[in-house]
Amino acid sequence: MVYLDSAASTQKPRAVVDAMSHFYYNDYANIHRGIYELSERATRIFESAREDVRRFINARHIEEIIFVRGTTEAINLVAESYGRTHFKTGDEVIVSAMEHHANIVPWVMRDLHLKVIPLLESGECDQAAYRQLFTSKTKLVALTHVSNVLGTINPVREMIQIAHAHGVPVLVDGAQAVPHFAVDVAALDCDFYAFSGHKMYGPTGTGVLYGKRAHLDAMPPYQGGGDMIETVSFDKVTFAKTPNKFEAGTPDIAGVVGLSAAIGYLEKIGMSSIAAHDAVLLADAEKKLSTIAGVRIIGCATKKVGVISFVIEGVHPHDVGTVLDHAGVMVRAGHHCAMPLMKRLGVHATVRASFGIYNDIAEVDALIAAIETAQKMFAGRCLHESA
Amino acid sequence: MSLEELYQDIIVDHGKSPRNSGVLSAATHQKVGHNPLCGDKLVLYLIVQDDVIQDARFEGVGCAISVASASLMIETIKGKTTQAVATLFSQFHLLVTEGKAPNQALGKLLAFSGVYHFPIRVKCATLAWHTLNVALEENSRRKQRSEVSE
Repeated sequence: MVYLDSAASTQKPRAVVDAMSHFYYNDYANIHRGIYELSERATRIFESAREDVRRFINARHIEEIIFVRGTTEAINLVAESYGRTHFKTGDEVIVSAMEHHANIVPWVMRDLHLKVIPLLESGECDQAAYRQLFTSKTKLVALTHVSNVLGTINPVREMIQIAHAHGVPVLVDGAQAVPHFAVDVAALDCDFYAFSGHKMYGPTGTGVLYGKRAHLDAMPPYQGGGDMIETVSFDKVTFAKTPNKFEAGTPDIAGVVGLSAAIGYLEKIGMSSIAAHDAVLLADAEKKLSTIAGVRIIGCATKKVGVISFVIEGVHPHDVGTVLDHAGVMVRAGHHCAMPLMKRLGVHATVRASFGIYNDIAEVDALIAAIETAQKMFAGRCLHESA
Repeated sequence: MSLEELYQDIIVDHGKSPRNSGVLSAATHQKVGHNPLCGDKLVLYLIVQDDVIQDARFEGVGCAISVASASLMIETIKGKTTQAVATLFSQFHLLVTEGKAPNQALGKLLAFSGVYHFPIRVKCATLAWHTLNVALEENSRRKQRSEVSE
């Protein structure tokens, strides 16, 4: 089994699964409410996970870490909550042409006008064009840190500086970044940073929204319910403080415990070792893919993570996907939730191989061999029968 | 299940060189079929007269299975009554979802028997057929309306 679809979701290390089952067997109770010791213990474990996340992305304050279901919910939280007090119909949000639907649709749903940073042929953002997109109506830049299709690492730090020079805050979609290299939100100076647990070896249903404290404190709550209030009467509600006011209802407590274990696992390996391993696989795969006639790699940015999109002449990506699957090689084939990007690239779909910490060179070779099988299967088979 | 059973020669051939592709300017029916999950898209053109498919063509992009299915479907339905086409669709559906072919009525379409073993690809094989079905349903609704008004 050769799993090359970590950009969609990563497999889970034993440390994560064990931490979750240990928590359920030994420490589980609802949090923030029990007067008994078990609930107190569960709360302590849950809140220590918040500290783990803070350390992992180098946020200044623990209150800046909000637990959500995933990147999608994190972005929707900003669109809803920050948007309620900051956006009006016709305002503009700058996004790049390589955004995932999750960083397009929430803004469209708020009736914002999207100004799009075009891409260069390399699959990098056109920085000169980006500078020209700011107007008096620009309320936010919403930018992916790493493209889920091309693997391009955007120079977000520099792009944030440009936005801030215009007085515009920046939300970074970090879903594809956090599994691959160390992220430092303080150094980036981003206003919001969103990522998912399940793409960084943690469980599904977990994710994080980082927000600068000043923004979060000023933002209205996202959803209403328990856990996000101070006092409730039928005519008046006062809300809890950041971050609890954004975490209505019982959260995925065990999931957050698993996320914390994933962070521990990644920190133990070391993010720089992970990035180095990723770079070796990427370089090897690009080298081998580029020697196969009829294979075209899409996106040649200078800085990339281990995500490679490609097309094979004469073989549709879905057919490639089926042939590869038959050889035990799991890749993604399709539009990757980035239909505007597909249009820009002039393709209907691509095949995408993406690497994780568990992949090795032998698996790159299995990918290459399976691609050659796919080519053979579709080469020169015509019946010349009459219609 | 071998890949060759899915990608039979006739499927690879029609996938690469689809028959009856292009626009049918005199079409009485035109319907877009779309699979939002994978992005496959086709436009189906039909000329239906006296409940018989006189002519049909399609335009579209997609994988070998979906293109071959559209190509072979059109070959099969030309000259058939809408009633006969509806029967073919249910037999084709049975073939790709349950692997059953009670008789030889499907003819060349039996080449899609391998799809049953690749459930993910059922949608590819049936896109053209669902599009046809919707187009013909609209046809029968239109007819009912005109009969009522008469």
